Amino acid sequence: MSLSTTIQVPNLNKTLTIPTGLFINNEFVASVDSQELIHAYNPATEEIIASIVAGSAKDIDIAVAAARKAFNTTWGKNVTGWERSRLINKLADLIERDAQELAELETLNNGKPMRIARDFDIGDSIQCLRYYAGFADKITGQTIEVDNKSKLAFTRHEPIGVCGQIIPWNYPINMWAWKVAPALAVGCTIVMKPSEITPLTALKLSELIKEAGFPPGVVNTVPSLGSVGGAALSSHLDVDKVAFTGSTVTGRRIMEAAAKSNLKKVSLELGGKSPQLIFESADLDQAASWAALGICYNTGQDCTAGSRVYVQESIYDKFVEILISKVKAQIIGDGFQESSGGGPVVSKGQYDRVWNYIESGKKAGAKVALGGEKREGKGYWVDPTIFTDITSDMQIVQEEIFGPVLVVGVFKTEEEGIALANNTTYGLGAGLHSNDASQCMRVSSALEAGTVWVNQYNILNNNVPFGGKKQSGIGRELGSYALEEYTSVKAIHWNFGEKLEWPL
Amino acid sequence: MPEVFEYTWDTPTYKGKTSFNTGVHIGGKWLDGSNKTTIDIINPTNGKLITKVSEAVEADVELAVAAAQKAFDTVWGLNASGSTRSELLWSLAKTMEKHQEELAAIEALDNGKTFGWANGTDVAFSIATIKYFAGWADKVTGQTIETDEKKFSYTRHEPIGVIGQIIPWNFPLLMWSWKIGPALATGNTVVMKPSEFTPLTALRMCSIMEEAGIPDGVVNTVTGYGHIVGSAISSHMSIDKVAFTGSTLVGRKIMEAAAKSNLKTVTLELGGKSPNIIFDDADLEQAVNWTSHGIFWNHGQACCAGSRIFVQEGIYDEFLKRFVARAAEIKLGDPFEAGIDQGPQVSQIQYDRIMGYIDSGKEQGATVALGGERHGTDGYFIKPTIFTDVTTDMKIVQEEIFGPVGVVIKFKDQDDVIKQANDTLYGLASAVFSQNINLAIETGHKLKAGTVWINCANQLHAQVPFGGYKQSGIGRELGEYALHHYTNIKAVHINLRHRM
Repeated sequence: MSLSTTIQVPNLNKTLTIPTGLFINNEFVASVDSQELIHAYNPATEEIIASIVAGSAKDIDIAVAAARKAFNTTWGKNVTGWERSRLINKLADLIERDAQELAELETLNNGKPMRIARDFDIGDSIQCLRYYAGFADKITGQTIEVDNKSKLAFTRHEPIGVCGQIIPWNYPINMWAWKVAPALAVGCTIVMKPSEITPLTALKLSELIKEAGFPPGVVNTVPSLGSVGGAALSSHLDVDKVAFTGSTVTGRRIMEAAAKSNLKKVSLELGGKSPQLIFESADLDQAASWAALGICYNTGQDCTAGSRVYVQESIYDKFVEILISKVKAQIIGDGFQESSGGGPVVSKGQYDRVWNYIESGKKAGAKVALGGEKREGKGYWVDPTIFTDITSDMQIVQEEIFGPVLVVGVFKTEEEGIALANNTTYGLGAGLHSNDASQCMRVSSALEAGTVWVNQYNILNNNVPFGGKKQSGIGRELGSYALEEYTSVKAIHWNFGEKLEWPL
Repeated sequence: MPEVFEYTWDTPTYKGKTSFNTGVHIGGKWLDGSNKTTIDIINPTNGKLITKVSEAVEADVELAVAAAQKAFDTVWGLNASGSTRSELLWSLAKTMEKHQEELAAIEALDNGKTFGWANGTDVAFSIATIKYFAGWADKVTGQTIETDEKKFSYTRHEPIGVIGQIIPWNFPLLMWSWKIGPALATGNTVVMKPSEFTPLTALRMCSIMEEAGIPDGVVNTVTGYGHIVGSAISSHMSIDKVAFTGSTLVGRKIMEAAAKSNLKTVTLELGGKSPNIIFDDADLEQAVNWTSHGIFWNHGQACCAGSRIFVQEGIYDEFLKRFVARAAEIKLGDPFEAGIDQGPQVSQIQYDRIMGYIDSGKEQGATVALGGERHGTDGYFIKPTIFTDVTTDMKIVQEEIFGPVGVVIKFKDQDDVIKQANDTLYGLASAVFSQNINLAIETGHKLKAGTVWINCANQLHAQVPFGGYKQSGIGRELGEYALHHYTNIKAVHINLRHRM
């Protein structure tokens, strides 16, 4: 069986070749014991793009063994920071070279507009890799004064070891970069399980890992079902750390499995129901634009989607009118059309989920201020939908929908706004819009979220940390903080002057 | 208009050519110096003229400062984000890589070091240094600091502004990269004075920077004499910091001028008379090899040269025998010939200085165990020289020679050697050779030096800081520590609720 396939890119009259095997030890291989396939769909047409090998638990074992061998021989402490830096930079160069192709593949499988995939998802991914390449030769510990006559104490920041990384389908390439970059920079080896919904770009990127010159086994890619590969990684006795981005429900399972197996380190980046507060002093037009971005970007399929907007009473009517017109301007369409600002939702499963929430909102008595109607024909389309007249107990207000569905509420005082915003088990992102500087300071301090945007939303930078409070996650990605997630600190006490008197 | 220098090499170690402008480079433009005078650049291998370059004077420093300030206010400083600066510095390193051998050849021609050393060490390490600091550019962080809940306090690590940088002739391109790397990474703009003896690689770098995309005016290059251009930079009222590598004598003058003008901050990387200590239990073969590298690397023209070699009694005779034999193997000759280890000293002035020290050593009664004379008849070649039977008061033991001249001193024990090693105004580097790690660490911790090499010598890395104790300097280069000298700390206190 040939472990690659060619696919057509509609609208662009070209074909792409993609590997379809599991990437282990720098080779694409078949599963050792499974004939199962994963079918990757085009969410705009509902058609299968390609079918790839589905990894089994045994395949995960083999990948982990490959990663462990590499860690003990060619990677880990056997490779200098300098060399890690060089290789990660080379990988970034190759992604830059192939950006157009990768963007087309991303759009085919995920649905997002191609120009956004290329210029934002992939552009940010390249910068993320370069950022961490720059850190690779700057991993420092401390020397610590204990007793100058007898002891030299110091710390070494060592790589943790073999890391299982499980990434989602909403930003396949970008989430791949966020995970791979800091882990490699610090010297860890990786078994990557991309989402079974969007596995194709991870396989294409694996080709670049080999081309860049990473030794075999440093990065291994095993597309598989979450319940198979994800579960196997989380409970594997020879995996030192698992990093997961996805739903809170799955995050719990991973942490349980880690606890029950070998107490592997766990970092989780989970869901959110992030609020935005619009205060009366805000620039309403700008605030409405940011709020529209917050719910429309990536068709709402963003862990930090600003899915709840609370507006101060005095400006409520005026603001909501502007907001509706902004959100209306978002064109949901095929990712290969220039005019599309967002694509379909990624799968049938997501499509049904999101529409169930919309129906529940209607049933619970919320008012549909925009959208809420299904399209005819093929494709998993959800047009931006806004609910008003909400109450806190509604499902659409409590639960993460992960689609372009916004609920809008009202508040009188600053305290009330903060209370509404914090009334959630999540704590990933939050936004506030105000021209009162002291208010900005107070409110940003009070909001229970890992990222607070002031007079902005959604925009991240590779050097600023990102992660959740409360049930939105454990640990941080991006910035220097991400390095800590992949580093294990060893303290060394070197005695050169003390003779022990024994017995004491 | 300034001349374009062209040169072709057809040698056993390198075949290639170069072509670059020899003017002053300000705001992206090549200009004649304001006085329309030139400086002769001499080939130390044969004493002949390589080319003339434009001489910058005070008026050119004025223009350079204005261009640097303009760039800082518009296209650099915090107008270019850390990630932009990172990308551009990375691009600079890649462009240098593209021209690696050409740069090495220019360096060997201008300075006299062999093409092999220039290519394999100087230029390679320069590229590595730029890459290292490219990685820091988007990682310059301040702190948020808890005081009380009615206040929000934080620090910003801001670029200083226009920096004056004055670099020496011993590692022209390497010293250029050690200065440019941290300065640009943190957002500063630069007025760079290369050495009037060896400006050629700095001049070639001007068009390489342009090729890499570094905006005009971020780095301005003004080749001139120390007492004119160096002085103008040190006393300039609009330059907020000066960084200098060179002799302690000149370092003092720079610091004085800084104090008298606008109290600009000063970092200095000066001379040394670094001790190289070999205990009885050292791995003898290795100690001999590292010691030879320690004093003869770069023809002894290294600030951190291990020029005072302390050997414990027990192995003194055996060490000396092997060290002399090892040093005698060093081949002198044309930097572009195959199999050559050592080229000429950089200039007539340096040649005369070093020979002067050698003569004083002989006069004061030291024994010449090896060398002690010129090599050949053309160029500024001096044979690797080893003196023994020295006393502490001798000039060759006290003063920095900056040539391939080592003095070997016998010592009794650890206490004795630590005392002798520290008995110097300098404190740049040191090396300790012993198989007993406890002894080595203890000794290293007691040496008053900015770098302690244990069982190695003259081995540097971009990630590890370098600089002097005592009169060997102020501040550190390389590593994260270098960044501290190129940033200004601003503390911001935002009052939320404190009422007055």
